[in-house]
Amino acid sequence: MAVTPRTVEELTRAEAPRPGWASAVRDFVRQRPLGAIGALIVVVMVVTASTAGFLAPYDPLETDYAAMLGAPDARHWLGTDAFGRDVLSRLIYGSRTALMVGLGASLIGTVFGAVIGVSSAYFGGRVDLVVQRVMDVFFAFPVIILALAVVAILGTGAQNVILAIAVPMVPRCARVVRSSALAVREMPYVDAARAAGFGHRRIILRHMLPNVMAPILIMMTAFLGEAILLEASLSFLGLGVQEPIAAWGLMLRGAAVQFAESAPWMAIFPGLAISLGVFGFNLFGDSLRDALDPRLRTQ
Amino acid sequence: MRRLVHWLALVASAMLTLAATAQAPRSGGELIFPVPSEPPSYDGHREETFGLIHPVAPFYNTLLRVDPNDPAGTKPVPSLAESWTASPDGLTFTFKLRQGVKFHDGSEMTSKDVKASYDKIIFPPAGVGSTRKGQYALVAAVEAPDAYTVRFRLKGPSASFLLSIASPWNFIYKADLLAKDIHWYEKNIMGTGPFTFVEHVKGSHVVGKKNPNYWDKGKPYLDGYRAIFMRDSGAQVAAVRGERAHIQFRGFSPAERDSIVATLGNKVTVQESPWDCVLLVAINHTKKPFDDKRVRRALTLAIDRHEGSKALSKIAIVKAVAGVQVPGTPFATPPEELNQLAGYWPDIEKSRAEARRLLKEAGVPDGFQFTFTNRGIPMPYEPLGVWLIDQWRKVGLNVKQEVIEAASFYSVLRKGDAQVNMDFQCGYIVEPDLDLYKFLSTERNPANYGYYQDPVLDDLYDRQSRATNVEERKKLIRQFEKRLLDDEAHYLMTLQWHRIIPHSAKVKGWTITPSHYLNNTLDTVWLEQ
Amino acid sequence: MASYILKRLLAIIPTFLGVAVLIFLLLRVVPGDVVEARYMGEGGQFQSQDQMQIERKKLGLDQPLWKQFVDWMSGLARLDFGLSMWTGAPITEEIKLRFALSLQLALMATAVATLLAIPLGILAAVKQDTWIDYAVRVFSIAGLAMPSFWLGILLILVLLVVFHWLPPMVFTPLWVDPWQNLQQLIWPALAVGYRYSAVSTRMMRSAMLEVLREDYIRTARAKGLWLKLILSRHALKNAMLPVLTIISLEFAFLLGGLVVTEQVFNLNGLGMLFVESIARRDYTLTQALVMLVATFFLVVNFAVDIAYAWLDPRIRYR
Repeated sequence: MAVTPRTVEELTRAEAPRPGWASAVRDFVRQRPLGAIGALIVVVMVVTASTAGFLAPYDPLETDYAAMLGAPDARHWLGTDAFGRDVLSRLIYGSRTALMVGLGASLIGTVFGAVIGVSSAYFGGRVDLVVQRVMDVFFAFPVIILALAVVAILGTGAQNVILAIAVPMVPRCARVVRSSALAVREMPYVDAARAAGFGHRRIILRHMLPNVMAPILIMMTAFLGEAILLEASLSFLGLGVQEPIAAWGLMLRGAAVQFAESAPWMAIFPGLAISLGVFGFNLFGDSLRDALDPRLRTQ
Repeated sequence: MRRLVHWLALVASAMLTLAATAQAPRSGGELIFPVPSEPPSYDGHREETFGLIHPVAPFYNTLLRVDPNDPAGTKPVPSLAESWTASPDGLTFTFKLRQGVKFHDGSEMTSKDVKASYDKIIFPPAGVGSTRKGQYALVAAVEAPDAYTVRFRLKGPSASFLLSIASPWNFIYKADLLAKDIHWYEKNIMGTGPFTFVEHVKGSHVVGKKNPNYWDKGKPYLDGYRAIFMRDSGAQVAAVRGERAHIQFRGFSPAERDSIVATLGNKVTVQESPWDCVLLVAINHTKKPFDDKRVRRALTLAIDRHEGSKALSKIAIVKAVAGVQVPGTPFATPPEELNQLAGYWPDIEKSRAEARRLLKEAGVPDGFQFTFTNRGIPMPYEPLGVWLIDQWRKVGLNVKQEVIEAASFYSVLRKGDAQVNMDFQCGYIVEPDLDLYKFLSTERNPANYGYYQDPVLDDLYDRQSRATNVEERKKLIRQFEKRLLDDEAHYLMTLQWHRIIPHSAKVKGWTITPSHYLNNTLDTVWLEQ
Repeated sequence: MASYILKRLLAIIPTFLGVAVLIFLLLRVVPGDVVEARYMGEGGQFQSQDQMQIERKKLGLDQPLWKQFVDWMSGLARLDFGLSMWTGAPITEEIKLRFALSLQLALMATAVATLLAIPLGILAAVKQDTWIDYAVRVFSIAGLAMPSFWLGILLILVLLVVFHWLPPMVFTPLWVDPWQNLQQLIWPALAVGYRYSAVSTRMMRSAMLEVLREDYIRTARAKGLWLKLILSRHALKNAMLPVLTIISLEFAFLLGGLVVTEQVFNLNGLGMLFVESIARRDYTLTQALVMLVATFFLVVNFAVDIAYAWLDPRIRYR
C-alpha cells in the first residue's frame, strides 16, 4: 500500500536518511565484526609505523654484544637478537618497512594493472588480444620466480623490492579489472562520451576507471597483504631489504633459524607480526569486498 | 695376601685400560660424510671447489702431500715421491718415486705419468683449463730422466715450490689415458689412491671402496666410504646429529656445533682450528675520499677486532684476530707484535679517537655516508657486514649496505664502481705466496679490488717469494703486513674464519688443519667400534 | 565447440613464445654468468680471464644472442632440452631427480587444501554470519596470512622441542619406502596445503552462497529438503566450477613455486633447483624449468577453459 507524499519536501524527507560517516562505521562494525577487527589491526599497524621513533624503547640499530641472544626480560620485553639489538624496537620499526613496501608495491601494481586492464577493455580488438597475450606471459611465471628475476636484474634494496613485488601483480590486477571494465564499456555514457569527441585518455581515466573502483580497491587491499608476505619471503631469501634495516622478513633470516631452539623469540615474534599484519589486511579486504558487492567474484 | 692380590688386580686393570687407550687403528667400517656441493667434473687440475676434493681425492695420490698429522697443515711429506733433493742454487728439484705403485687398473705408475700430469697442470694445451697454472710460473720444465725420477727446473729460487707440489689438487693421472684423450679425466676416474671408484649417482652420492693393492701397506683402514651430497646445512647437521653420518669435512657454524653437542654429548668429538679463509674489506682507491690513506686508516682503527672476535665467534664461523697469515702457522705474526698494527690496538677508545681525528683531518664530515657492497652469502658475510657497519657507525660514519647476489658480485666489482666492498680469500694451503698474492698492485693482479699501485708492496712480495731462508722470509712478510694493514691500510682484515668440525667420536686418525682441502685422502682414518 | 578449442590452442602459442623470449632475455640481462659463478666461487686467485673464455666457448656463450636463441628453440622443438651449464648433465636428468618430489608435494598439498576447503567452505556458507562462519573465515585467512616458511620453522621447532623428533632429511621415493617418504613430506604438505586452502575455502563459500540464494533452494530450505537438493548434481556442479578452477590453477603454480618451503624443509625439489640455477646463471637449466612450469600452467589453463566452455555454452561465443 503506497503512501502518497503531499509535497516535494515530504518526498525527500521520506527517503532514507543519508548515512553519515559515524553511522556508516557503526553499521560496518555491527554487520561485519571480522572486518572491523581487520580494520583495527590495520590502524594499529599504521599508527605504530608512524610513531615508531616515539614508541620504540631502543634504537633498532644499536648493538649490545654483552646481551647477544638474550631472553625476554624487563629490559628487553621481546628479547634481543644475535647482535644484542632489541627485538621489540626492531619489530616496531619493521612495521614501517612493511607498510612502505606493501603500500608502494600494491599501489604501483594496482594502478598499472588497472590502467592496462581498462585500456585493454576499452580499445578491444587487436590491442586487447596482444595485451592479453603479454599478460598471459607474465601470468605463466610463478610469482616468486618473477620477483627473483627482477631482483637479480635490478639488485636488492627497498626500492627494487617494491618493483619486484609490483611486477607480478600487474597482470593479475589487469585481468580482473579488464573483466569489470568490459561491462562498463557497454554502458551508454561511454558511447556518449565518445560521441561527444572526448579523447581516449580522458575517457579511460575520467569515465571508466572510476567505475571499476570497487574491484580495484578490493585488489589493492588483497595485494597489500600479499605484498607484505612477498617482501617477507624475499627478505627471508636474502633478496629483499638488507641489513641493518629493520624488516620482519629479514629478522627471520639467519640467526633466527640457526638459534631457533635456544632462542626461539627471534623467530616467533617477527613471524607473528607478519601474520597479524597480513591477517588484518585480508580480513578488512574481505569484508570490504562483501560490503561493496557480495556478488562480485574475484580471484 | 688378599691385599696383595687386590692391589695386583688394580694395577693389572689399570695397565689394561692404558693399553686400550693407546689404541691401535682398527680395520673395517664405512665412513659416511655429507658433502655440501657436487663437483662439476672430476678433474682436480681444473676445478676449484672442495665439492671435488671431498668425494674424489681418496681415489688419487699426489707427488708430495701435506703431513696429515700436522695441525698447521704446512709440512710437505713424501707421498708418491719417497724423497727429494734440491740443488744448491735452488733451481732444480729432483724427486725419487716409489716403485711398485699401481693404478687401479693394475698398471704401474712411473715418472712419465708424473710428467704428463704436471705438464697438463703447468703447460696445458689449448682448450684445456688449468686453474692454478699461474702458481707454477717459475717452473721452466718438467723432466723424467728415468722411470723413477722426476726433475723440476725452475727459472728462479722459490720459497714455496715444495709446498706447491703438495697441492691436494695435483692428482697424478695416467699418461697413456691423457695421451689418448686429454679431457678423459674430466668424466672418468683412474688413480693410484687408497680407494677405488665404485659409483657416482648424480645428485645423490659417491662411493669408494678400499684399494687392496695400495702401496702404503696396511692402509687404508676403512673398508670404504660414502660421500652423500647434501646441499643444505640443516640436513647435514641432522645427519651428523642423528648419527647417520660420521663427519662433515668443511665445517659447521657455532650454533650447529652446539646443537650437535647438546644431542650427542660425549659421542661427539669437536675439532676446531683457525681457517685459511678470511673476509677482507677492499677499499677502492679510485673513489674519493678513499684515496686518502688517513681515511683508510680511520676505517681500520674504528674496528674493535678483539671484542668482535669474542662476540662473533658465538654466532658466526669467525674467530681469530689475524694478520696476513693464519695464526699458528710458521709465518704468522705473534699477537704482541700484531697488536701494534692499526686496528689491532687493545685500547679501542684510543683507537677510535685516533680514527675520528684522522677523519676530521682529512676533511670527512661527521655522518659521512658511503655504501658498503657485500656479497649475498649468509655465512659469514651477513653477520660481518652488520658488524662492520656497526663499528663504523661508532666513529660517525653512516654506512648503507648494498648486497649483490653471489653470482653477479665479481662482475659488479670489476666495473670498479664500488666504494668499499667485502672481498674474500680462501687458500687451499697456508703459504704466503698464495695468501699475499691478492694484495699486489692491480696491474699485476687484476683481482685486486682496491685498485691501487704499490711498487714497494710488490717488491716485498717478490723478495719474500725468493727468500729460501726462513728467518729472512719472516722479516719480509712482517714488513709486507705492516705496510698493507697499517701504513697504507690498502686492504683490511676482518676476522679469520674458524673451522669447527664436530664429528662422531668413533672417527679416529683425522686431524683438523686450517684448510678444508687438505687431509681428505682418508688413508689415515679409522673407525672405532 | 571445436572452433573454440582451436582458438584457445592458437592463443597458447604466442604466450609460449613470449615466455621463451622473456626468460631468455631476462637471464642475459642479469650480470654474471655460469663460468664466473663457477670460478669466482671459492676465491680464484690465479684464475685468468682467458681461462674463463675457454670455458665460455665450450658452453657456446660466445655466440651471438640470436644464434643461441635459435639453437635453444630448435632443440626444444625436438624435445631436446640440452645440457645443464653447471653440471654438464642432460637437463632431463636433473629435472627427473627432483620432479617426483615436487609432483608428490604438489599433489599432497592440493589434497590437503581440497579436503580443508570444500567442507569448510560449504559449512561457512550454510551457517553464514554465525560464529561458525567467522571461525572458518578466521581459520582460513590465518592460513593465508602466515608466511609458509614461518609455519615451517614453527612446525619443525614444535616437532623438535615437544616430540624430540626431526623429519628425515633425505628423500626416499614413495615406491621405495612409503613410510619414510610420508614422514618427510607430510609436514610441508600440511604447511603449504593449509595456506592454499584459504583461497579455495573463500571461493567455495561464496559459490555456495550463490547456490543458496537460488529460489528453488530457498523454497526447498523452507520445506526442509534443502540438503538433498544442494548435494544434487546441478547445484553442486555450479558451485564447484570456480572452486575447481582455483584448485587446478594453484596446483599448476605449486610445481615451481615452492621455493621458500623447500628451503625451510630441506627438500630437493624443483623450487630449489630454480633458485640454484638462477644463482649459478645456468641459463639452459633455468630456461628449461621456466618453460616446464609455464607449459604446465598453460595446459592446465587450457583444460580449465575448455571445461568451462563445455559446461557453460555461452562462453564459447565470446
